[in-house]
Amino acid sequence: MNPEEIRQAILNILNRIVPDEDLSQLDDSVSFREQIELDSMDFLDIVMELRKQYRVQIPEEDYVHLDTMEGTVNYLTPLMRDIQSPA
Amino acid sequence: MPSANPNDVRIVITGIGLTAPNGNDLPSYRANLLNGTSGVIPYETRYVGEVLAGVCDFDETRYQRRKEVRRGTRAGSISIYCAQEAVADSGLGWETLPKDRVGVYIGITEHGNVETENEIYEISQFDYDTKFWSHHHNPRTVANNPAGEVALSMGITGPHYTVGAACAAGNAGFIQGLQMLRLGEVDLAIAGGASESIHTFGIFASFASQGALARHEDPTRASRPFDRDRNGIVVSEGGCLFTLERLPDALARGAKIYGEIVGHAMNTDATDFVLPNSSRQAECMRLALSRAGLGPEDIDIVSSHATATEQGDIEECKALALVFGDFPRVAINNTKSFTGHAMGAAGALELAGNLPAFQDGIAHATINVDNLDPKCGLPQIVVNTPRKMDKVDVILNNSFGMLGINSVLIVKRYQAG
Repeated sequence: MNPEEIRQAILNILNRIVPDEDLSQLDDSVSFREQIELDSMDFLDIVMELRKQYRVQIPEEDYVHLDTMEGTVNYLTPLMRDIQSPA
Repeated sequence: MPSANPNDVRIVITGIGLTAPNGNDLPSYRANLLNGTSGVIPYETRYVGEVLAGVCDFDETRYQRRKEVRRGTRAGSISIYCAQEAVADSGLGWETLPKDRVGVYIGITEHGNVETENEIYEISQFDYDTKFWSHHHNPRTVANNPAGEVALSMGITGPHYTVGAACAAGNAGFIQGLQMLRLGEVDLAIAGGASESIHTFGIFASFASQGALARHEDPTRASRPFDRDRNGIVVSEGGCLFTLERLPDALARGAKIYGEIVGHAMNTDATDFVLPNSSRQAECMRLALSRAGLGPEDIDIVSSHATATEQGDIEECKALALVFGDFPRVAINNTKSFTGHAMGAAGALELAGNLPAFQDGIAHATINVDNLDPKCGLPQIVVNTPRKMDKVDVILNNSFGMLGINSVLIVKRYQAG
């Protein structure tokens, strides 16, 4: 998956986790939590969905990299490079 | 409102919120009970396949955001819907009400099976690796979940908990609310019962293994208490919560009063895991009557518990014959024949379905009785068509459950003085 596909994958997960939020104006450089209502349990849902859908294991010490969309995509790019994007 | 004898404190019903397989508010539910409309439909459940069930179609997002629905449980959503509807119906000024004086007491038959089954199914897709087990499992499965979701959703900071009481739970939650009001622990009780049981395959599979799961080519005719050809229980979901208040508080705000709770009782068979005991059931009814200062001759409608199992129906009829055998004018009816068995919600839904009789003077029927089982042949059973009564002043509501738990509520038309 390329960075653009990874971004879309994260957006798809967020749409499920926070279905009441409008994600169309999300600023990739600003913390998720400053833009949408996302508590620690929701955050764990993102981690769980990445695990379930893409078998990506994210160690707890790396959670700091998932604060923004930009940081998340940057962190995931090497981990998801070899994963085929879903059609 | 402390009293030297808490039992002297009169408690009234001032609001009702419900979702049943055949109605999402009291007027439509009552109309369907009077016109014979069942809520039982074919239903697909994991592993067991097609079964019959009572399914509710209330709008979950009327009172919850979609995220809250996702985070919580079905029992939580049912309870939130019922609590919000009850409070709206009560006419209470919710915004200014002290929320630390509100208690939430919800009867449940079981809780947690749905989420546990779902999670086990989920990890089965990942070779049972528990790293895929949800972090939501614990908050969803703690036994107080349905009541806690109500408190969270409505900002209630008084006590909240569930009362586990098998299929007597609807009455048990109600009784807990009544007692907490009498003890002065709260000023408003949101009390009743809720059930999400159709979302667990285990309850269907267990009743099937027990030979007690109803089947019928016409789903609406599957739930047939007292009928000779009944073949078991139709499992349903649902909820019904009441706002209960002390009478002086209700009068002070000019509240509409559905009825006054004049008697209640709970006892235990102590004889079997599943088989009921008519002697203990009769004792429970007599205890409730005695606390109400009433005799069987004072009861106009008995809302029976019967679930359409052979042993259960016959035992309850024996108990009813012991208490009401000499009183031909009482009307005995059964709401499960319309809704199926809404488990933890059953007792509360069945009481609610009968309360409008104080206004319309009609005892709703027991439907699907094509051939009354001679062993259930009480002449007072209202068979298939509603019965217009000379008067309806007092309703007795039976609700019994596994492990021999029995509960009875007696509600009287409110009379000043």
